[in-house]
Amino acid sequence: MTGTRLGRSVLPYAMLSPAVIVTLAIVFLPMLQTAWMSLHDYVLFRPNDFTFVGLDNFIAALQDEVFWISLKHTVIWIGVTIPAQLLLGLVTALLLNQNFPWRPVARALIIIPWALPSVVIALMWVWIYDSNYGVMNDFMLRLGLIEQAVPWLADPKTALGAIILTLTWQGFPFFAVMILAGLQSIPRSYYEAASIDGASTWRQFWHITLPGISGVLVTSVLLRTIWVANSFDVIFVMTGGGPGYSTYTLPLYAFVKARTNLDFGYGSALAVLFTLLLMGVVMVYLRRTGKAVQ
Amino acid sequence: MALRKLPLGRRLLIVDLPMALILVFTLGPYLWMFITSVTDESKLFTEGPSIIGATIDNYTRLFRTVGFGDNLFDSLIVSCGTVVVGLSLSITAAYSFSRFSFRGKKILMLQFLLINMFPLVLLILPLFVLMRVLGLLDTHLALIIANSTVAIPFSIWMMVSYMNGIPKSLDEAAMTDGCTRLGALRRVVLPLCGPGIVATGIYIFITSWNEYLYALTLGGRNVRTITVAVQTLIGEYEVQWGLMTAGGIVGAMPATVLFLLVQKRLISGLTQGAVKG
Repeated sequence: MTGTRLGRSVLPYAMLSPAVIVTLAIVFLPMLQTAWMSLHDYVLFRPNDFTFVGLDNFIAALQDEVFWISLKHTVIWIGVTIPAQLLLGLVTALLLNQNFPWRPVARALIIIPWALPSVVIALMWVWIYDSNYGVMNDFMLRLGLIEQAVPWLADPKTALGAIILTLTWQGFPFFAVMILAGLQSIPRSYYEAASIDGASTWRQFWHITLPGISGVLVTSVLLRTIWVANSFDVIFVMTGGGPGYSTYTLPLYAFVKARTNLDFGYGSALAVLFTLLLMGVVMVYLRRTGKAVQ
Repeated sequence: MALRKLPLGRRLLIVDLPMALILVFTLGPYLWMFITSVTDESKLFTEGPSIIGATIDNYTRLFRTVGFGDNLFDSLIVSCGTVVVGLSLSITAAYSFSRFSFRGKKILMLQFLLINMFPLVLLILPLFVLMRVLGLLDTHLALIIANSTVAIPFSIWMMVSYMNGIPKSLDEAAMTDGCTRLGALRRVVLPLCGPGIVATGIYIFITSWNEYLYALTLGGRNVRTITVAVQTLIGEYEVQWGLMTAGGIVGAMPATVLFLLVQKRLISGLTQGAVKG
């Protein structure tokens, strides 16, 4: 009897251990290693030179002009992309929640950008923005919005904006799908009751729809902020951060430092700094999800 | 705001038309890429992309001269490998989370959620160092391990939510009938969450297939996945847009098709947590 009881208390841990051990080995140890590397002067082509320098890399980062440029771009990029995705996603979700014959088709097609590899997305938009043959210039010239072809990605003034448009395109279906799920969880009887009371469409939206989807809105904004902040592959492929530093973001800068300059110590310090900055958002998210887990 | 019938004229104006515009915005770039990929290279710069006189020239060149077949094969091995690792490690873990209460459960679950939130860039460097020490750089295994950093925690979360949907009374009944715990998992829970396992597996496949930064950093000459191969086209062939867009279409195809096949189940799995939260 004791044997089974012991077995019962050990079993959950036994079933968890493979996943936990592997995760420790391939996620937590590497994370610690990044933190450790960030305290060292570690350049890959000088492999024997692994000098402990304490917080020097961090101090250097805070005095590094490119760090601040990258941070500014990260803030702009998240601050514009997320609201744009949210707004477009909300409009799309409200439309998809209406009764029209081709709704299932529209709902299936809208999420295609989600399934595309970011490299393909980047490539596709580089082609669209191409200064000589790109369809963006063609389109805007015909509409009379611009007078001559603009090299969207090669001009420091337009490059970040061009990338933000691409990222908005890539991510708004996520919001549309999440919000749609939220809309469908609102009982229809609420609207029926409101109509009987003579509430206008606008008042129904304000008093029933918005409160009904507020949970989804907050969760998806938090989740998406973390994802958008973390992903830099689209930017890396589209511009590599250029021209100059005009499309540098923090994770991209960390990656470029490590990959191109092979400066793993400094790259790690940048990655750690970026992670610390992101922790605030993660904490808010966890607090919400923590409630849901219980 | 709710689903109700609008008069046809109004509906066309305030629903169908805006929806169509949004779809043009969503699918336009994709279509444009496809049209470019079937346009003859010489015509591309004189007349622009056009579906008239479509040719699969770019696609045949992709496989004959660029060797896209090998890249597809590499991606296939890496993605399938990640699915196997991700699912096999997460199913028992998810069962444990879903069915038992034990000390440290909440913290452990939050750990797995937390991993999804951490910047990938934090892991790339140490994984590179690790693979170099182990002599695994430029192997399929290195990419499978790296992709598992994302796949395992995600997969655990998906599987827990699917398993929570299966009543506990079912495995209890099986155990009263003489099944062991693991027997109940194998005979009752696994078959019932089969669709969930398939959806999770497909999602892991898609993310591994689309993954680029690990593939770029840990791959090389021997193992070059399709995303890296597509990107290489940009550098090596200056303005061969026909070839590049064809590469993009080929690279995006498997994940897109799979996604469209299982999107309903995938989306319900992904949105469940958020809607409840």
